[in-house]
This record gives sequence, structure tokens and C-alpha cells, in this order.
Amino acid sequence: MGGQVERWQYLNPGKTLAETLDISHTTLLYVEGVTVSFDGFRALNDLSFYVDVGELRCVIGPNGAGKTTMMDVITGKTRPDAGYVFFGQSINLLELDEPRIAQAGIGRKFQKPTVFEQHQVYENLELAMAGDKRVWPTLTARLSGAQRDRIDEVLGIIGLRDHAWRPAGALSHGQKQWLEIGMLLMQDPLLLLVDEPVAGMTHQEMDRTAELLLSLEGKHSVVVVEHDMDFVRSIAKRVTVLHQGSVLAEGSMDEVQHDPRVVEVYLGE
Amino acid sequence: MGIVKALKGDTGGQVMLAVLLVVTLVVPVLNLAVPETSFWHVSTYTVTLLGKYLTYALLAVAVDLVWGYLGILSLGHGAFFALGGYAMGMYLMRQIGDRGVYGDPLLPDFMVFLNWKELPWFWNGFDMFWFAALMAILVPGVLAYVFGYLAFRSRVTGVYLSIITQALTYALMLAFFRNEMGFGGNNGLTDFKELLGFDLQSDGTRAGLFIASAAALALGYLACRMIVTSRLGRVAVAIRDAESRTRFIGYRVERVKVAIFAFSAMLAGVAGALYVPQVGIINPGEFSPLNSIELVIWVAVGGRATLYGAVVGALMVNYGKSTFTAMFPEAWLFALGALFVLVTLLLPRGIAGWLPARRAG
Ligand SMILES: Nc1ncnc2c1ncn2[C@@H]1O[C@H](COP(=O)(O)OP(=O)(O)OP(=O)(O)O)[C@@H](O)[C@H]1O
Ligand SMILES: [Mg+2]
Repeated sequence: MGGQVERWQYLNPGKTLAETLDISHTTLLYVEGVTVSFDGFRALNDLSFYVDVGELRCVIGPNGAGKTTMMDVITGKTRPDAGYVFFGQSINLLELDEPRIAQAGIGRKFQKPTVFEQHQVYENLELAMAGDKRVWPTLTARLSGAQRDRIDEVLGIIGLRDHAWRPAGALSHGQKQWLEIGMLLMQDPLLLLVDEPVAGMTHQEMDRTAELLLSLEGKHSVVVVEHDMDFVRSIAKRVTVLHQGSVLAEGSMDEVQHDPRVVEVYLGE
Repeated sequence: MGIVKALKGDTGGQVMLAVLLVVTLVVPVLNLAVPETSFWHVSTYTVTLLGKYLTYALLAVAVDLVWGYLGILSLGHGAFFALGGYAMGMYLMRQIGDRGVYGDPLLPDFMVFLNWKELPWFWNGFDMFWFAALMAILVPGVLAYVFGYLAFRSRVTGVYLSIITQALTYALMLAFFRNEMGFGGNNGLTDFKELLGFDLQSDGTRAGLFIASAAALALGYLACRMIVTSRLGRVAVAIRDAESRTRFIGYRVERVKVAIFAFSAMLAGVAGALYVPQVGIINPGEFSPLNSIELVIWVAVGGRATLYGAVVGALMVNYGKSTFTAMFPEAWLFALGALFVLVTLLLPRGIAGWLPARRAG
């Protein structure tokens, strides 16, 4: 599985995957003609999907539309049967495994919040932090002052400063969601894939999440999957509607909402 | 510096090391300086028994590192222990020189008996202590590295991994049983005379081996504490609790696993190398799958993911074993099984979890 990019890296000693990223064409992520079958059932069906540099994109669609599966393909968890997935012009994500994809600059928040329950909130953020994640540097790693400040800053952003020394397993569902978003921020990825971030949150918490995601726009590309339409409306510029494993419609929230095919799919539920 | 930091908050470990230090200072004195007629005299038999227990404790610490902190239930660590033991045994065999029954200056007795004319190539170098010591660490380390690389790369985990570690030690046992392998077959290596010129039967050498075992345990314990208190240790626990999540934040899980697994195997090798001169024999029985299971029980009894619990468990179970087998030689396996069931049901976190000391993490 040693990917193309990886093999060429000796020509570029000292360059990390993230540094080989080529985004000269303003498109950051290319998903083209991707098909994923589970025992004959097509969870993704010739799906094509593109994300621009710095864009905030919302993805909606009924249950089972393939939203999570698409994220699985992008992050290396699921291998597609057909299609291409490129990060920038040069990085073929289908040749990389999960940690390399993460190192290339793609971070993910899972639909079911998964944090390291035995570790304190602070340690969760420390582990997620961008940096050299090879074995020896990890063994000898020490937090620098700047890194402590960054963790403290993120603790503030996600509102968990008072919980920094609690085990993550003791947090409420909403707090775990926040912690996972915080871990994403620590990774400082170019592309954030955020699967159902506001499930289990109160309205105030939702508003803060919306604010946070909007503040990332420009510096990072963000793909948000969400069922809560009010939430989507509050952040969306462009919306992609997935249905039965492919794109049904794409456009502004208004355009999409009035698209008869979309109306049919949602009313038909 | 590092040592202080590694032991911060580890009350159990501090107590264990303090007790170990006192015992290491006092026991040799009571053995060598106190006359045999005195009540305070400690017999050489006891010194050697304690030394043997300490090597078991080091082995248990090695197992706890991978099982407790990395979630790899290795049922093959006995193999790494035995390989370290064989490396030391080969050195001790070559130290015999021409004092064997057949008096061959180069070939150990069992080779003469098999009518071999020359030393197999892999016995070269074992006349030098430093080389044997290096091999006692390197051979288990390299085997664990290769094994781990293949297993972890294929993402073999859980029960399947435990089963193939059992298969590994079983296969080695069968191989070492064969005379043609050149390790003394069935009988193994024994009748040792000297280590670094010191008579293995003398009280002084026995005390020295005991002290060396205690030092190895203390150093091994500290090294493991340094690992588990480092960021790498936190990554290990993250892998144990949520392996795939750890991949998605950019850690090469296989590499972390293989590195810690190989380090643990090297510790087991050191333990084996110290064990052999004290018990005076190494044979293929040490590779028995049952041994590897037994030592996992020591860790479970002591308390997983605490390190000092592994030490306590190894000492207590083996002390129990020595006393128990003296009374009911046949029933030890039943007693061990019962102990395991009881601990699992009543003390799921072992003795360490039941002690008032705070849980290390
Ligand atoms: N590992 C798998 N094995 C078999 N089927 C799967 C697997 N993963 C997903 N599927 C199926 O693929 C389809 C798409 O699933 P996916 O989780 O991507 O949907 P989704 O759009 O994220 O839905 P939701 O809104 O409920 O999260 C579903 O019908 C699901 O049952
Ligand atoms: Mg989903």
C-alpha cells in the first residue's frame, strides 16, 4: 500500500505529505465516480463531489444516503470499488492509510462521538495536536509553552476549561461532541469532515457550534453533515444533497429546498 | 529528573521499589555475614528462590506493559523469556570448556554424544559474555519485531492475536525439543559451572545473581514507567481503548505496537537470562504454552495496567505455588485456575485495584 506520493518522497527529503499538497487549482478535494458496495448494496453510487479551498459545505440527505460512507472513503476507512479521491492535485488518498491521510491534513469528527475515555480532556487534546507523530519523537515529546497555550485556547473555545482534568469518559454527550471538535482544532487540518456535530446539543450549544464552524471558514475547508435543518440554514452557503449514494442536488439552501426532486425525497420519507 | 517524574503519583511503585531496595541490601548480608546457626541467617536456597521470583516479576512487568497499556494479550511471552534463557545457557555451556563428561574442549557434551564433529555456526561467539548478553536481548527483540510487524500490519487483534502468540511459543517448543536443532533437545542445557569466572555453586555468586535480578527489575520497572508516563504511553492507552480513532488523528498504530511489543520482549529476554544461572537449567519446557498463560494470570492477580501490580502478582502467585506444590504436588493447576476465576469475579482490577493506593495512569 506504500502510496505513490510516499514513494516519490525521497526526491523531496524533509517534505511532509502536507507540504507536497498542491492546491493551485482552488479545489482541495476531488471525489470522482466513487462507488462502494456492501454485499451488492451500493452505499455510494458513482458519487462525484468537490470541495474548494476555504469553503464551508453542508451535506444533507436522508438516513442511509451515504454521507458517513463518503467520509469513510475520504479518510481511508473504506476502500471504494471504483473512482478517484484526490487531495489537491497530487495526493491520491486511495493510496494512503488512515494515519497518513490524517497527516496530509484531513481531520474527522465521527457521527458517534469517539474520544479517549480513560484520558483526561487535556490529554485528549494533547494527543490530537498536530506534530511529529512517529514513535521516537512521541516518546520524548514535551509540551512547549506555545503548545500549552494552544491547548488552553482550544479548551476555552470548546468551553471545557473547567473539565480539563476530568476523564473524557465522564463528560456528557454534548461535551464529548465538543471535545471531538476540539481535537479536530488541535490537529489543525486543512480539511475538516464533521459528521452530525450538533446531535444531543441544546440550542445555545448549537449556536456556539455554528459560530465556531463559521469562524473556521476561509482558513480551513469544512464539510458538515447534519440532519438539523435549522442548524444547516444558519451556516450554509452551499449545500449538497445526497440520495441513494449520489448527488441529487447542489446549490444554495434556498435553491436546494425548492428543488422538486429534493422535496420529493424528503416528503417521501 | 526522569526517574522522579516517572514515579510521580505512583505510590504503589514507590513502595515496591523501596521494599525491593531494602530486601536487596539486607538479604545478601543475612546470607553471607550472619552465621548459619543464627535465627537471622537466610539460606542460599532462599536467596536463589527470591532471585528466581524477581526474574518472574520482571517478566510480569513486561507482560503488563503490552497487555495493560497497549491491550495486546500476549500468550507467548514465555517464548521471549526462554530465548533469553537459552542465550545465557549457551554461554554457560561454553564456559564449561573441557570439564564436561567427555572432556571435549570445544563441544558441549550433548554434541559429542550426538557424534557432532564441529560446533554449529550459531554457537560461535557465545564463549563471550557480552555477546551472549546482547543476544539474550536482541534475539527476543528481533523475533518480537518481525512477529509483531506481520501480525499488526495485517491488523490481527484480540483473541486471534492471543492465539497466534500461543502458536508461536508452541512451535518454538517443538523446534527446541528436536536434537538436530542444536540446543540440547529434550534435556536442554545444564550442568553449568561458572559465570564470568565465578563458581555458580558458591554463596557469593548466588547473592550476586540475586542482586543483579533485583537491579534488573528496578531498572525495567523504571523504563516501563517512563514509557507509560510519556506521550507514547498515552498513545498506547488510546490504542488500547479506541484503536481506529488513534489512526484518524495520525498515529501509525502498527509502529507503536511493534515498538512497545519488541521492547517488552527484550525485557522478557533479560529476565530469562537472569533466571537460567539461578535455576541451573534451561529446557524446551520453558516454551510450554501453559507457562505463558500462567504469567498472564500473575498480572491479572496483581492488577492490570499498574506495573507494580504485576510485580506483586508474580511474587504472590509464585510464593503460593512453591508452598502449595510442596503440599499437594498434583493440584497446582486447579488451584491456579480457581485463583484466576476468583480474581476475575471478585477483584477485576487485581490486588492493586483493591489496595487503597491511587490507580496509576
Ligand atoms: N460496513 C457496512 N456494511 C454494510 N452496510 C453498510 C456499512 N456501512 C454502511 N452501510 C450501509 O450503507 C448505507 C449508507 O450508510 P451511511 O452510514 O453512509 O448513511 P448516512 O447517510 O450517513 O446515514 P445517517 O444519516 O443515518 O447517518 C446504509 O444503508 C448503511 O446501512
Ligand atoms: Mg451517517
